[in-house]
Amino acid sequence: MKGYLARRALQSVLVLLGISFVVFFILHLTGDPALVLLPPDASAEDVRKFREAMGFNDPFLVQYGRFLKGALHGDFGQSVRHGEPAFGLVMERMPATFELSGAALLIAVSLAIPAGIVSAVRRNSALDYISTVVALLGQSMPTFWLGIMLILLFSVQFHLLPSSGHGTFQHLILPAITLGLFTTARITRLTRSGMLEVLNQDYIRTARAKGFGDRLVVWKHALKNAAIPVVTIVGIELGTLLGGSVITETIFAWPGVGRLSVQAIYNRDYPVVQAAVFLLASTFVVVNLIVDLLYAYLDPRIRLQ
Amino acid sequence: MSATTRVIPMSRDTASSTREWRVLARRLARRRTAIFGLAVVALVVATALVAPWLSMFDPIEQSIGDRLKPPAWRDDAGRVHLLGTDHLGRDLFARVVFGARPALLVGLAAVLISGLLGMVAGLVSGYFGGWVDDVLMRLADIQLAFPFILLAIAVIGVLGPSLTTIIAVIGVSSWVVYARVVRGAVLTLRECEFVQAALALGSTDRRVVLRHILPNTLTPWLVVATLDMARVIVIESALSFLGLGVQPPTPTWGGMLADGRVYISTAWWLATFPGLAILVTVLGINLFGDGLRDTLDPRLKV
Repeated sequence: MKGYLARRALQSVLVLLGISFVVFFILHLTGDPALVLLPPDASAEDVRKFREAMGFNDPFLVQYGRFLKGALHGDFGQSVRHGEPAFGLVMERMPATFELSGAALLIAVSLAIPAGIVSAVRRNSALDYISTVVALLGQSMPTFWLGIMLILLFSVQFHLLPSSGHGTFQHLILPAITLGLFTTARITRLTRSGMLEVLNQDYIRTARAKGFGDRLVVWKHALKNAAIPVVTIVGIELGTLLGGSVITETIFAWPGVGRLSVQAIYNRDYPVVQAAVFLLASTFVVVNLIVDLLYAYLDPRIRLQ
Repeated sequence: MSATTRVIPMSRDTASSTREWRVLARRLARRRTAIFGLAVVALVVATALVAPWLSMFDPIEQSIGDRLKPPAWRDDAGRVHLLGTDHLGRDLFARVVFGARPALLVGLAAVLISGLLGMVAGLVSGYFGGWVDDVLMRLADIQLAFPFILLAIAVIGVLGPSLTTIIAVIGVSSWVVYARVVRGAVLTLRECEFVQAALALGSTDRRVVLRHILPNTLTPWLVVATLDMARVIVIESALSFLGLGVQPPTPTWGGMLADGRVYISTAWWLATFPGLAILVTVLGINLFGDGLRDTLDPRLKV
């Protein structure tokens, strides 16, 4: 277990280093970060001075070293637009993004796992058919369209729920459903196929042959084993949710990191963009590390590999 | 013996390999949902190809007097606007039809780029192993850690939105699934007797990889490519929705949805139909892709 823990932790550190490099590199994509950061009408003299002040004339690796050192101290520079440290701006909006992603994940898990199990156990029944079709539609529907249609139905037509903003439980409902649908669909399909595979195993037949009831066999023997791939996907889906929040937050004017970064891109406020990308990606890495460790703890086969 | 006979050895005899594909095609044809998906995709492709002949309206011609008219509205000349008009008086049906073009173009081009990159990475990683494998798989982890849309919009924000930028950004950053699937297949194939035999006969690595291993990784690759195309089309429309896709006046489904969102309380049709177009296209691809997977490689986890 200790060896596994150390290896996974080291891998995560390497991945974080890689992320920091990509985030640093975003500004250097065009070859001249000064032109990316300054308004297009800046004079040649201004550009020269800015380059000097920001150290853009230093060797590439020196600049990266400086960026990395700053990033480790939570220093991504000042927001061009707000005049505040970019790190603080992003951290302020993190809780709202977590709230939305968490709610979406909760909806997904609490709908998808029962739906997937019922689908597999009552294969080819009407319930299976409905849940398969819904899952397929959910996987094919663009998030932002679903969001707009929900607004059309519940806000514009029936005035039941607010179409934008943040604060009350009512504000959370539509964005969380919008963000969660794709994940719900994926987990439903995965649970169904996982359960179907397990239900055909010899040990399930043995359990049935021993005279155990359906309920015990499904919930105890089958689900425990079918849960393994589902647990992994939940970790990975969190990345999808954090990324998907960019669009959902934009549609519902949700005051999270996603909306902040879209606005920052429109305003060419790159320190904020860098901080947001870096912090969201790092969150994902850390969550996945925790999921993996939990997973290795629950399933001895993983850590012995 | 029994462990290796499971993999279908690819002979160099083309007659028998065409037969192989014909058997698979027949098995696929028996899956009704897959054929339905294929028909939908074919319909969308045909629509994109014959777009100018399908609609009597120009998708970018504005007519401010006729703005925001509901579906089936008849103008002064007696011409019917099947899906109504948008906020600039443009015919929505023509725009939805023409919107299939950028979606399919980006989908196809980005899938080809990422598929090729992933194939090469997977072959190298799986065949040679060692530090190359380690490096490539860590790169894959880094890639997967990024919230994709956020990274894409950051990069497109710096480079400026254009058709080529979008294709390049999506193409370069979607190689991981292909690489993982191909690598997995290579790891199994490398131990197969026909590969061992080729090596024992003195074939070079290059020849073994290209002649014996590559053809056998094509089926899982194809499944991934099909399903990935659906994802790419959704991403393209998301980027256009955020104003970072193909730029106006070119009609894009995502761009139309962004306009429609503004007029949501007065003109429901503006946001409804372009979204349905995306849904139908992506659903068709997904149905076909699922059928393809179940036929070619049921155990593939994608």
